[in-house]
Amino acid sequence: MPDLLTDSESGDVLLSARGISKSFPGVRALDNVQITVRRGRLNAVLGENGAGKSTLMNILAGVFPPDAGEILMKGRRQTFKRPHEAQQAGIAIIHQELNLLRELSVAENIFLGREPRTRLGLVNYSGMHRDAAALLAPLDLSVDPGTQVRKLRLGAQQVVEIAKALSLDARVLIMDEPTSALSDHEVEAIFRLIRQLKARGVGIIYITHKLDELPHIADDVTVLRDGKCVAAEPYGKRPHDELIRLMVGRELAELFPKSVAAIGEEVLRVANLSLRRSEHSADYTVCPTSLRVRQGEIVGLFGLMGAGRTELLQCIFGLHPRRSSGEIWIEGKRRSIRSPRQAIAAGLALAPEDRKVDGLVLAMSVAENIGLAAGATARGIGLADPRREGALARRYMNQLGIKTPTVAQPVRYLSGGNQQKVVLSKWLTIKPKVLLLDEPTRGIDVNAKREIYSLINELARGGLGVLMASSELPEILAIADRIVVLSEGRVAGEFSRDEASEEILLKAALPSGRPPARQAG
Amino acid sequence: MREHLRKLQSVVALVIMATALGFATDKFLTIENGVNVLRQISVNVCLSIGMTMIIVAGGIDLSVGSVLALSGAVAAGLLKTGLALTPLDVALQFTTLGAIVAGIAVGAALGLFNGVAITRFGLPPFVATLGMLSIARGLTMLWTGGHPITTLGSEFGFLGTGAVLGVPMPVWIAGGLTALFELVTRRTRFGRHLYAVGGNERAAALSGLSVNRIKLAVYALGGALAGVAGLLTAARLDSATPNAGFGYELDSIAAVVIGGTSLSGGRGTIIGTVLGCLIIGVLNNGLVLLQVSPFWQQVVKGFVILAAVAIDRASRGED
Repeated sequence: MPDLLTDSESGDVLLSARGISKSFPGVRALDNVQITVRRGRLNAVLGENGAGKSTLMNILAGVFPPDAGEILMKGRRQTFKRPHEAQQAGIAIIHQELNLLRELSVAENIFLGREPRTRLGLVNYSGMHRDAAALLAPLDLSVDPGTQVRKLRLGAQQVVEIAKALSLDARVLIMDEPTSALSDHEVEAIFRLIRQLKARGVGIIYITHKLDELPHIADDVTVLRDGKCVAAEPYGKRPHDELIRLMVGRELAELFPKSVAAIGEEVLRVANLSLRRSEHSADYTVCPTSLRVRQGEIVGLFGLMGAGRTELLQCIFGLHPRRSSGEIWIEGKRRSIRSPRQAIAAGLALAPEDRKVDGLVLAMSVAENIGLAAGATARGIGLADPRREGALARRYMNQLGIKTPTVAQPVRYLSGGNQQKVVLSKWLTIKPKVLLLDEPTRGIDVNAKREIYSLINELARGGLGVLMASSELPEILAIADRIVVLSEGRVAGEFSRDEASEEILLKAALPSGRPPARQAG
Repeated sequence: MREHLRKLQSVVALVIMATALGFATDKFLTIENGVNVLRQISVNVCLSIGMTMIIVAGGIDLSVGSVLALSGAVAAGLLKTGLALTPLDVALQFTTLGAIVAGIAVGAALGLFNGVAITRFGLPPFVATLGMLSIARGLTMLWTGGHPITTLGSEFGFLGTGAVLGVPMPVWIAGGLTALFELVTRRTRFGRHLYAVGGNERAAALSGLSVNRIKLAVYALGGALAGVAGLLTAARLDSATPNAGFGYELDSIAAVVIGGTSLSGGRGTIIGTVLGCLIIGVLNNGLVLLQVSPFWQQVVKGFVILAAVAIDRASRGED
């Protein structure tokens, strides 16, 4: 490979990955992808949710190996079996969810596992604090290295992570949406720091959704779509509009036929529903939002990570009674919903984003999980009748096509698609008026996805109102009648099925670089 | 299938122990000794039924030993001297039945207090019931003045020393409660919801279960069952002693764990727990018959608990 030789001879390529492919059951996450990081340059990685960005980063950071392809660090071939090995080769990753121990001090975090010792074998705190201070000073963070991390602001915590990476002698730094939770002022500081790191010769991979950050920091861009690399070039070669066009265009394996249901009366109306960041905060996670869903209608709720989709559904379902305010009307009647029980009594049902954590009791059987909601709403102590529960479960098993040897099978042994059908069955037993779906096909393979879509369509045809939050454009476009786009906790647009296209929706969803949402007055 | 095999493990262990003891001493395999073992474990069975339900629901109750003592002492005190409400110038006399009801009610109330501390004030069950362990023991000392309350009458004593059809009353009671709560955990909605709450509290709440009410109920039930155990203890000895039930929480948790209940909640059975009580009971009994020193008995018991749980984990494989 002569071009590789010239790269390493020129000496400015730090990391180069070529032909990287990776498959998960039912999904081809990466297909022959390449990425190059050069000394002192920042490569911005763009792509929709699900395009394969985090899979690529995990491979570079040694979290799991690629199925095919090679990673070269300064021209030398690497095979990482563990994150530790990538770290030793000089690659550090800063995840979106920071990886710090909040109760420990700044210095203890930086030197975790490599604490300097005194001759007696005790931790040499004065030495550790001195070294930590020396690392932090050039990064413009003036805190006592003995401060507990939990007392620092988020931006400062990020700097601690960076200091930790530098102390590991990282030559390549991967940053996953580092500014997503920062204030403007902190973003400025991070940008300054990035420029400084570049000047020191560090190569940076920077994942972001915020295109307006690029002019400040980017040198190269890499665009991923559907697990493929669709552009890898110096930044500035194309305008942002063209980059957005490159990002969209993911396709379902087969076009999904949308069946149109007769749309009836309004079943759910949400007026000025909002969610504050904390009980006494003026900051909003979800700004006052109004929307409505009619019988037989599937309303898509699209937004990128952190747009507030999940939170909005949770508010409607009564999960944040203290932090949310606003009005909820079901079939024209105002309902006070301050707990999931009240939400269910009002006719709502929620299939949560993380089925295993929020949706199912994994150790219990298919039949018991299906019977859970009906059992919760039944009155009195009541004897449970396993035979009737089993019969009910078998009915839904046939109706929804749940693949399981028996309904007595613990639900943990089912595939993702079948688990989702169990969650849906659980709700159908109590005949809700509105179904709230949060990422209904996350982690589900393509065929099962199609089954879930046709199921949702069928339910809508039966008169159910559906509000479906999703970060996947093809999914939203496949089945929604109407699409509400959220961006940074606000409604950023509403489109009918005919108006909507991937490009239009993504453009509306991209954060505008506005200051974080704040309560008016 | 696997589930059945696992249940069989305890039975097999029990049979092996019984056979070995039968060969080792001819005093073991007699009807008299069998009844004796059952009577000895009846108090632990009462405690452990409640403990099983609490652990299945994802909690723990360290206070059962102290609650047992206070319930027994209150029942004994009310029976013996009644309750003098000085400001009202009223003295209440209690019948045996009244005292029994009062003793169980005290247990339920203390359990409910545990439940409130856990659900309303968000205390971890370990801490909340550790507090109650001390509170209830202290109240017992205050109530009794540190002295045993004795001579409680034959009517009350029948609970502990009486027999029907040759079977001692404590065995009838423990057996009846076992059957009742086996039914409750298997066949009532409340019982099934315990497994849901312990298996995945978030999913249970999102499915509309009133998780807090279920927890309150199970801690109150656990307290009431500890109250029953307190009555049995006092009736058996014809005396409510202030340090009754000291350390019983450990035997109870041991029986639950040997019986295959997961300490992280969501899995376990009453029958399994009763088998666990039997294993501990047979072990104690056998070691006494073999004249092993009581100090060694504790060491052996500890190893049996470790072995039982290790085998259970290994047979479960995937965990």
